[in-house]
Order: sequence, then structure tokens, then C-alpha cells
Amino acid sequence: MSARVPWGLVAFVAALFVPALGSRFYTFLATDVVIWALFATSLNLLVGYTGLVSFGHAAYFGVGAYATGILMKKLGVSFLLAWPAAGVFAGACAVVFGFFCVRLSRIYFAMLTLAFAQIVWAICFKWNELTGGEQGMPEIPYPDFGWIERLGGRLPLLGGWRTAEYYYFLTLVLVAACVWALHRIVTSPFGRMLTTIRENAERAEFIGVNVRRSELVAFVLAGTFAGLAGGLFGIFNRGVFPDFAYWTKSSEVLIMTLLGGMGTFYGPSIGALVLILLNQQIVSYTEYWPLVLGTILVALLFGFPGGIAGAVGAFSGRLLRKVRSA
Amino acid sequence: MPDPSFVFAQSLSGLTAAMFLFLIASGLSLIFGVLRVLNFAHGTFYMLGAYLAYQLMLWLGAGPGRFWLAALGAALAVALLGGIVERLLFRHLYGKDELYQLLFTYALGLILSDAAKIVWGTQQKSVSRPPELAGSFSLFGATIPQYNLFVILLGPTIALAFWFVLQRTRVGRFIRAAALDRETLGALGANVDALYTRVFMLASFLGGLGGALISPMRATVPGMDTEVIVEAFVVVVIGGLGSLWGTFLGAVIYGQVLSFGILFFPRFSIFAVFALMAAVLIIRPWGLLGRPLR
Repeated sequence: MSARVPWGLVAFVAALFVPALGSRFYTFLATDVVIWALFATSLNLLVGYTGLVSFGHAAYFGVGAYATGILMKKLGVSFLLAWPAAGVFAGACAVVFGFFCVRLSRIYFAMLTLAFAQIVWAICFKWNELTGGEQGMPEIPYPDFGWIERLGGRLPLLGGWRTAEYYYFLTLVLVAACVWALHRIVTSPFGRMLTTIRENAERAEFIGVNVRRSELVAFVLAGTFAGLAGGLFGIFNRGVFPDFAYWTKSSEVLIMTLLGGMGTFYGPSIGALVLILLNQQIVSYTEYWPLVLGTILVALLFGFPGGIAGAVGAFSGRLLRKVRSA
Repeated sequence: MPDPSFVFAQSLSGLTAAMFLFLIASGLSLIFGVLRVLNFAHGTFYMLGAYLAYQLMLWLGAGPGRFWLAALGAALAVALLGGIVERLLFRHLYGKDELYQLLFTYALGLILSDAAKIVWGTQQKSVSRPPELAGSFSLFGATIPQYNLFVILLGPTIALAFWFVLQRTRVGRFIRAAALDRETLGALGANVDALYTRVFMLASFLGGLGGALISPMRATVPGMDTEVIVEAFVVVVIGGLGSLWGTFLGAVIYGQVLSFGILFFPRFSIFAVFALMAAVLIIRPWGLLGRPLR
């Protein structure tokens, strides 16, 4: 599907126009979607492409959020340094945790990732001096957008937005860059190797692939990008809280990935979009969002195991064949 | 060094928590051992057990032994629910990707816990202790509620009964055989489908019973399910998934680490528990008393 139409680029350009709709709320939602899309896409590198089901991906999201948050709020570091630091810290954690995790097979892998994520959560929850403990760390400052304002006087379209809108543009550009990088990774020879490992790790080993090391690299990459997503999210959320690393967050992002379709590159982003819009719609009718979400999940598991992207792909494939044979 | 009677009391309180965890975790471990699935909804079954016990207590009004009737009724109702869910839904996911089974149990947990919120609201519910065990007594200078002692004795009793069923009865032999090789068992003519339903019901019963029995000690609130499921995971992972005595040992270790952790390092006791879990997974992924999977 994506061979001829650059869907990623189309979505990026379309997303640029969201603030032009003039609604603060749409911009808010769009920022949320964009960040979660990166988070889910990073998880997909593990779950969809490498076949490693991580149940603790929120750990890296949380580490990234705290890294950026602490650097910007407590130490007054600029966003330019604090945001990449999210990736560095999360990636470093992923190196340590991943080193142990990739030694285990399937279900034990999932459990160890969960255990490490809960350790991260416990630290965030209890280390009051550094993380603010249970209360979290509110009031993370926005990056400084003054320079755009100064520049904006001279260039059309650039000036006159609200801070939240500047932040949305910044998030969109950064996430697009990350997603582009992830796309390069999965289409590279290394990415193909990961898919080989997913399909048959033993055979991959036979043809000379260092399975463990490749898995570890995938784990660290996924963790780094999750951390970058977390760094953006903490600022967007105006605060960082321990539940960023709690296991329910890990399952949320796993659901997005599954809902959108594992193994398809844009599936998880679609999952993030659908789930967040759905949540926003349903919450305005009823407080029982988990009930609705659970029901959707059950329907999905029984009806469309390929997720949204899988269903759309199958449908458009059928349509294409019909058009061609006609 | 703190006062010895205090240490003793602390250790007993850890043991009480451990026996509850054992009740819950043994169901989780049983399902994993036979069906090879981590049942995320198990925590919700536990919560439903607590709510149902509260509800039945209300309905039964005043009467002798009403707590025991309510607890048993709640556990049976949860077992029935588990059986229905297995028969109607979960059955169709056998043979599919583990991830789908995992997500199904997670979705089930979401649905059931929200349903409980619809029925019982968000206000906390509490159940009074059965009058027979409302008192307390002193031992080595520590005051111990009778109900706690009952729970401490109940844990090993259930473990022994469970062990007896597994080792000495026909159903138990089938369960052990299914854990080892379900296909061969089916090929030999055993009714594996019915066995799975029974296993699911038994596991749900244990979860529901745990919830019902804890209701006099802790308030029943929404969210108790996501909390307990993580604790139960830690227990089964430390002890060994699918291993009965491993689960027992895991529960005892968990209870002691937590209650002494709170005593000596109040801030890092939760941390210690998860670190222990990670250490076990790294050194012996199949747990202290478990066996490696094929």
C-alpha cells in the first residue's frame, strides 16, 4: 500500500494544519495522538518486528519523561539538551534491562520486562527528593519559544501562535523525524534480520545472525524512542507522575499496537489515533471507559486479529483485485 | 534491634498477608501450569469475591455463621463465572497467539472491574469479622487477632488439600498430565475440554475465596484488582509458575520481605520485592521450585 503513496508524509502534512482549525482542544488531542503514536511505534519495533512481547515498555517512557522533566524543571536545562537526554537515559536503562531480558524466552521475557518496569515505577514512586514521589512533579516548563516570536515578525505564518501550538509543531516535527528514523531501521538490512528472528530465531542463528545481540539492539532502540516520546509527553502533560511507568501504561500502549495492527509500520499510529479519539468521545458520554475498551478489545480479538491496519489491508487488497479483474 | 515481640508480630502479619497471596496466586499458577496463560482477570475475580461476600452478608442479614456462608457463596459464584467465561469465550482462543490470550484476560478484567463499579460504586465497602473469630490473644508478648491466626492456618490447609487432589485423585492426575502434554492426554481419550473448564473454575474459586476472606481485613475498593494481580505475579514468578509448593514458598517470602522491608527500609520495601522478582528471573527464570518449560 505504502509503496506508491508516501502515507507518512501525507499524514505529516495534514497534521500540520490541525492548529489552523483554531480549536485549542483539537491541538491538544493532536499532540496527545502524535506522542502516543511514537510510543506505540517504538513498541512495535519489539513486538511486531522482532517478536518480543514486552510488558514493561512504560518503564522507558517513564524514564524519558522524568529525565526531561527533572533536567528542565530542577536544573533549568534547555529543551535542546533535555529532550535528547530522555533518549539517552531511557536507552541506557534499556541496555541494562535488555541485557538480562533477551536471555529469556517468550513468557519469561515478558515477565522480566514487567519486573524491571515495576522497579522503575517503585523508584519513581518512593524517591521523593528526585522524582517528587507519589505526588509526581507538576509544572514542567514549556521550551522557550521566544526566538520564533522574534523571527516570526519577519516570516509569514511563523508568528502569532499560542505556546501550546508551538509545542504541537515542535512535537510533530520531532516525532516525524523519529518515525522516519524508525522506518529507516525496519526497512534496513538490520530490520529484515529482526523479522527473520521473529519468524524463526533458530534458523536465523544457523545463517549466522547473532540473535541475542540483534534483539538487544532492537530492545535498546525501542527503549530510546519510547524515552523520547516520554520526554515530549511530560512537557505536554505539564507534569510527570509515577504512573507513567506503571504496568497499566505498558498494557495501554500494547493495546494501541494491537488495535492498529502489529507488524504493519503505521498500524500502531492508527491505533493511537483511534484509541485516543474514541476515548475522548466515549468519556463525554459515560465514565465507564474501561468497560467500553474491554468490549472493543474482545470484539477485536475475536473478529479482527490483524487489527485495523490488517482489516483495511485485507479489504483494500480484495478491492484492488476486483478492480483489476473487472 | 527492635523488641523481639514486635518482630514476632511483624512476622505474623507478613505471614497473614502471605497466606492470602497464596490463595490468590495458587489459582493463577494453576491456570498457567495447565493452560499456559497468565490470567490478568484473576485479580478481578479476587475483587468480585470480596464484593460478593459483602453483598451476600447484606442479604443474609443476621444469622449464625453468615460470614462463612457468604464467603463460600461468593467463591462459588466466582467459580461459576470463571466457568462460563471459559466455556463461552476463552475456549475459542486456545491455539492462537499467547498475546491474544493475554489481552483477552486483560480485557475481561477491564470489563468485570467496571461492571463491579457500576453495581457497587466507588465507595469502599467493609465486612465485619465473623463473631467467632472477632477476639484476639497474646503470644510471646504480641497481640494477634484470632482471624489472622485462622488465615495463617488456612493457607497450609488449602495447600495440603490442593496437593492431595493433585497427587492422589483422578482429576489431579489429569491436571498434571495436561500440564505436561495436553495433546497426548487428549489423544488418550481424556476429555481435555471439560478438564480445562474445571481447572478454570477451581482457579477462579481460589481467587474468589481469597477476596471473600480478605474482606473483613481490608476495605473492598475499586482498583484492588490491579494491585493484587501484580503481587500475585511476583509470588508465582519467585516460587515458580505452575508449581504449588513454589507458590507457597513465594508467598511466604513475599510476605516476610514486605513486612520486614517496611520495618527496616520503609521506603524501599516495594522496590525490594520487585528486585527479588527480577533477580529470580535472571538466575532461575522458572522460579525457585518450578521446572523449566520445554
